[in-house]
Parts: sequence; C-alpha cells; structure tokens
Amino acid sequence: MRWLIYLLMLWTGLAHGVGMGYDEARHLLVRTGFAPAESEIQLFARLTRQQAVDRVLSNTATEAHVAPPAWVAEPLPPRREIRSMEDEQRRMLFRELARKGFELRGWWYQEMIATPSPLTERMTLFWHNHFVSSLEKVKGAQLLYRQNVLLRQYALGNFGGLLHAIARDPAMVIYLDSASNRKGQPNENFAREVMELFTLGVGHYTEQDIKEAARAFTGWSLDRGSYEFRFYPFLHDGGVKTVLGRSGNLDGDEVLDVLLAQPATAEFVVTKLWREFVSQQPVPAEVKKLAGVFRTAHYEIKPVLRSLFLSDAFYAKENRASLIKSPVELLVGTVRQFHIEGLDPRLFALAGRQLGQDILAPPNVKGWPGGDDWINSTTLLGRKQIMARLFRAEEMPRKQVVLQMARNDRDERIAQRMENLSGGVVDVERFFAEFSGSESHRRTQAEKLLLAMPTSQPFNDEENASRIEFIRHLTLDPVYQLK
Amino acid sequence: MQRRDFLCALGLVPLVSALPNLAFAAMPNANYRNLLLLVELKGGNDGLNTLVPYADANYYRLRPRIAIRRDEVLQLDERLGLHPSMQALLPLWQNRELAIVQGVGYPQPNLSHFRSIEIWESASQSSEYLADGWLTRAFKANPVPASFAADGVVIGAQDMGPLGGTGARAVAINNTQQFMRQARFADSATSKPNNAALAHILKVEGDIVQAASGLSGEHAFKAEFPKGQFGNALKTAASVVAGKSGVAVVRVTLNGFDTHNGQPGTQQRLLKELAEGLATFKSAMQEIGHWDNTLIMTYAEFGRRPQENGSMGTDHGTANAHFVLGGKVRGGLYGQTPSLSQLDGGNLLHGVDFRSLYATVIQSWWGQDARGILNGKFPALDLLRV
Repeated sequence: MRWLIYLLMLWTGLAHGVGMGYDEARHLLVRTGFAPAESEIQLFARLTRQQAVDRVLSNTATEAHVAPPAWVAEPLPPRREIRSMEDEQRRMLFRELARKGFELRGWWYQEMIATPSPLTERMTLFWHNHFVSSLEKVKGAQLLYRQNVLLRQYALGNFGGLLHAIARDPAMVIYLDSASNRKGQPNENFAREVMELFTLGVGHYTEQDIKEAARAFTGWSLDRGSYEFRFYPFLHDGGVKTVLGRSGNLDGDEVLDVLLAQPATAEFVVTKLWREFVSQQPVPAEVKKLAGVFRTAHYEIKPVLRSLFLSDAFYAKENRASLIKSPVELLVGTVRQFHIEGLDPRLFALAGRQLGQDILAPPNVKGWPGGDDWINSTTLLGRKQIMARLFRAEEMPRKQVVLQMARNDRDERIAQRMENLSGGVVDVERFFAEFSGSESHRRTQAEKLLLAMPTSQPFNDEENASRIEFIRHLTLDPVYQLK
Repeated sequence: MQRRDFLCALGLVPLVSALPNLAFAAMPNANYRNLLLLVELKGGNDGLNTLVPYADANYYRLRPRIAIRRDEVLQLDERLGLHPSMQALLPLWQNRELAIVQGVGYPQPNLSHFRSIEIWESASQSSEYLADGWLTRAFKANPVPASFAADGVVIGAQDMGPLGGTGARAVAINNTQQFMRQARFADSATSKPNNAALAHILKVEGDIVQAASGLSGEHAFKAEFPKGQFGNALKTAASVVAGKSGVAVVRVTLNGFDTHNGQPGTQQRLLKELAEGLATFKSAMQEIGHWDNTLIMTYAEFGRRPQENGSMGTDHGTANAHFVLGGKVRGGLYGQTPSLSQLDGGNLLHGVDFRSLYATVIQSWWGQDARGILNGKFPALDLLRV
C-alpha cells in the first residue's frame, strides 16, 4: 500500500514539475541524516518540500536494528558489594566496565551506520547531548545502554514524556546525584541542571527556585540491589515548596510539570533544535513561532521538526553549508558514503574521542558545545589525518593505523588488542558506480554529492589523479567539514 | 580634532577622562617574553578545603564530615593551612614564590558552571555577555609579536577559554610531536570566505601553519612530570615554552573538581596532581632559565558552598582561593579571609575581584594598561617583585 502512495506522490511531483530539486534534497537529507546516497537524493529531488519532509518524518524507528552486546542484560553488582571489594577486585570490575563501555560505543556506531532511520539516530544523539549522562561517572555500561534505549524510544516522540522518564532514569539519577538528595540534606545538582540545561535555560529561574525544587526531588533514588528507580518516602521532604510561583506540597513530577508549563522551556529546546538543524544564529521571532507549535502539540517532537524542516530559513542560501559536521556525522557519514567495511566499530569510538566527541561520555552536563567549537587545531588535524588514512593510495599496515588513532595509554592498550583485525576496505568503485557518464562527469557529480559548496582549494593535477586520490583531495578540503 | 579624541572615536582608548595622556603615550611595548601559565581547576575547586581556616570553629561546624582535621593541615600561619596533599608546594611557599589570594570572586555571583566560567573567561560583569575572552582582548589591544609561534596555546581541552572569540592566534595541542607531524595537512588559505564556519576553519589552518613553524618538538627535560593527563599537559606546556619562538600564554586544565559527591578522596587526588605538577613545572622552567619569566595562575568558575551537603560533598558556591606562583612572585597571603559567620545566602562574600588578578597580569607582568581591556578600574595586586 505504502509504495502506491509514494508512487502517487512521485507522480504528482512530476506532473506539477514542483520537485524540490537536487540541491534542496541533498540539503534536507544531509541535515537530517548521515551522508545520503546519490540515488536517495535523486529520488527526493522529485518530491515537493512537503512530501519530502513528510517522508523523512514517517516510519521513524523507535528501536535499534543492531543487536546489543549480550551483557546488557547482566546485573551489576550492588553498590554495597562494590564498596566492600578489595581494591584490586574493584579495579578489575571498573576495568571490565570500561571495556564494556567501549563495546557499547561501538554498538551505537554500528547502529548509526546501519540504521534505515537516520533521523532517529540523529535525534537520539541530540537528546544524549541534551539530557547528558556520562560513563565516566556512572560507570555501569548497562545503565547507559538503558538510557540510550530510552532516548531512542522518545527520540521523535514526546518531550514532556521524555523529561519525566529521564528524571527517573537510573544513569541520570546517578549522574546528577539524585540518589543522594535527601530530606534535610538536599543535593541541588539535578534541580539546578533540570532548569538550566533541560528546560528553562539560564535567566528564567532563581537560586531559591533551585533550592525549593531540590527538596521536591528528595527521595528519588535507586534500589540498592537492582539499580531500578525507587522512591523512598521516608527520605522525601513533604513540606510546602514554592517553585516559579507555584506553591504546595510539590513532588518531583509536579515540579517537572511546572517547568513544562513555562513558555521558556519550548523556546529553549527549539533554539537548540535550530542550532542543530538550521544555523548557529537562531532568529528569535521564528523561534517563538516554532515554540508555539511545540506547545500547541503538547511537546510532540515531530510537528515542531516538520515546521522547522519546512521553514524558508531551513533552505535559505545563507544557511546552506553553514554548519560544521560533528565528529560522529563525519565518521558515520564517511563510512556510509564509501561503504567502508571491516573496521572494528570500537575504532570509531576511539576516533570520535580523538576528534572531541566521546559518545556516552560528554565532557560535562552541558554536553558538547558544537558549532564552530568542533574545530580547533587539534581536532581539525585529527579529522584530516583520518581522511588521509582512509583514502591513501597505497595500503598501510593495519597496526600503524590503529596505533596512530590512539590518543593515550589506555586507548593504546585497546588499540593494540585490535591490531590483528583485518583492515577496513574503502569501496571507491562502488561509490563511483552510482554515477554515470564520462569520468569527468562522474567526478563532477561526486563533488556535488560530497561537498556542500565548491572546494576552497583547487585540485591542480586532477587529470592524472586516480579516483581515490580525487576523493582524498575532496575529503581533505576544509569544505568537507561543512554540511 | 585632538589626537586623543580621534583615537577615542576609533575605540582605541578607553573612555576614562582622568587618564593622563602621558601614560598612554609612554606605554612601552608589552613584555610578552613574560609567560603566563593559566591553570583551570575545572568544575569549581573547593577553596575552603584547599586553604583551610583550621582555627575557625565555624569551619568545623559547617563541615562536620568533610573538614580537614587540624592536625593534618599544612600550616601556613596560625589560622590558615594547605590541604595535606599539597606538600609539593611547600618549598615554593618557604621560598616565598607562592602567593595565595583569598576571597576571589565578583558581585552578583552566578552559580551555573557554564555561565560563571564565561564570566571569568571573558572578564565580564555578572549580567554582561562579551564575545571575546579577556586574553583575546588584551592581544587585540597590544598585539603579540608576529614572530611568536602563537598568542596562546591551549593544552588538553576542547574550548579556547580566555583565548576564545575572534582575533587571537590560538592553537589547541595535545602533544607537540603529534602536532608537528600532523601539521603538514594544514594549508595557509589565501581567500577570505563570507561563510563564517568556513572562515573559522581556514583561520585555524593558518594558525596551525604558523605555530608549527615556531614550535620545536618535545624538549628533553630532566624534571620528571607526574603521570596522568595533567602531568602530560604540563610537560607539553613546558615543551611549548622551550620551543624556538615564544608564546605569551599557555592554558592547561585539571578536570574533576565538581565534587557534589564523595569530595575528600577526589579532591585529595586532584590537589596532589596539581601541587606535584606545578612544582615539576618550576623545575622544568629553571632548567631552561625561564622561571623568572614565568607566572602561574589558577582559576575556576567558582568556589564551593561552606556548608557540606548530604553526600560527603559540596554544592556550587562563590568566592574562592587562588594560587599565583613564579620566580618573580612575592609569596604570601593576599586578600581577606572570607568570613564563615557572615554568609550571603549560605555563600562566601568575595573581597578581591577576579579582574584584579587579570589586571596584575596585564599591568604588572606585561606592562600594559588594563583599564580598557577589563572595561573598568580593577587595582592590580602588589604581588610581583618587578
């Protein structure tokens, strides 16, 4: 049935001659996914903006396709048990959890590479950078896995639902110290960040609001054995609190509802969506309008994304090629685009960390600042080096590649264990098979696909360059970092 | 039009009417041979357990579980002492090369990590948003010689901190050798694109090319830096300073001070890393005859709450103690010890504005006028033997 609708959509698009065209289709798919294939862009080029956006937003997955590592279901040793361990035993446990953490990152990279629903993964990553938790503090890889599942489930669902769910997510409860927030001994960490970073943004609450909200969240903790969320009534402060003008014997959920009722919340989230998808300069009037859409739809995420992806600003010339790819977009995009196979997925985790985006371990609760901050001298050189390695004309011993990707001793140990893995294969021929016509025509098409704007440095010796040298030149150009 | 009026119109002179003409005209070239090493104690170090007011009963009343015991404190005088894990800094204290500035903060303190570090790094008012870091502004006002490898080098961090904004020649490096090896991928661009993101990338490439030509590889110091990320960062910093052309500023970061939970163990480990790292950095600078041209200064977004919380930790606070050390530093205690009986909403009141620390660097260390850069008059602290 569905294919019939698509066919019909395609037909109406063709009949009216109102297809969005190659450039807009490329822009939409790049901004909402990871490096689309040429054939996909060609297909979207014939759709109208509305048809194309509806298609991007339809059939989005809520679960991962790649099976997680088997250990995600293994129970963690209870806190008390860990505390009573001998030092050496505890060190072993943490080392084992760190190893699992790496495997988990590899699993997520695999999912991002293989997913038929790239927008789901982009939004899962977006929420990971919004509702931050880090393996560095939480340690239990199983708990970060569960959080990742939750973020994916709500990735394109309901923001309010996600907020309530994340507040009792075990990894979050540990990460922001809710577990030690008790009646008479409040710990303000979660109360502060939920206002500053998850909902309102700086300037829309007072220090007093934080103190009062912290009391409302007292008693929100975890079961000491199973790490499941648990409310401990005897640790809860049942007194009257006043948060943002609302008084009463508020509990945590009621405080979250108070936050959701504030107009600042929708504006704050929409501003971040704008930065993620449109440009680094949100337009306040547009943000207000979109925030209205968000609230009218009771914080459903798809309607606001639909409006965003259909806005003129999204397609405006000055906003094209205006954003810098995140390390994850660069790595996953490049691997998808060139059908690179045979690399241990943990390598991507290492590379991402080297480029400043260690997934599942953001630098702090505010997450990665992104934008121009992705690029400094270290990370730019790191990006170029990885491209130069992937697209080198001659083969390089595997071991060397792996070792040079490692940044410190710990990485190096992990890398050494991977040294005997078979090397990744870049399938340049398969990539070029997507284009037709003369060699120079194919190369022109390839350049249009890979770069959001013309190269900044002309290729002097293109005539004599092999295909892989040509690709290497394009991926080393600063413009390849843009989307 | 008078010369001064003309310069004012260009925004080149701060609009301070009392400023004597002579002072401006006679300002010598900035002395950027004097190095500033900034050490960020990221997360907000707990100053009260760093410089411990061990004779104050209020301290033990506020921190029944996490206070540093009187008999463990490294006593500096009859009231104050250092955290026991900072043993490595004692020789510098005895040598009078270590100054500790107490009660550093700013009016209307903001308790958000992110906003407060922005205030610190841009040297703004609490309610003011400035795009450039304070060092970026200093280097715009008084440029670093073009022969220098860079204005500043950031080691082991993603953000450019006080070198942020536009204009400073700043590079981020993890390791000098790796940087030199990879720099061949960078090209100096000739064009200036309209696209801001692309312009940023091309600027970074240009800075890389210049830095790579001015740095040398890793210097073989006899001094042995402590193992770990912070020790490595300081080692890289020392190698940068030993390179063939200079840099005015190096910024390193020690992470992990946001101790809401289980503070004692974490802070002990971090302060030990800090003290041992800085003591080693001094030895390294002495090896290359640069200690008298080195000024080390710590900073952080805020201090922590005097009252401990329920999880053996401390929540975000305000005023803090900071370290200034170097061959030309006049060691000792500066500023008033913040009162623990007169708190402001549970937090310490500050006595020294953080911009006074910056004024000390700009004015006393580099020999420039700080008023225009800091947008106001903040007295330099008299802690240098110049």
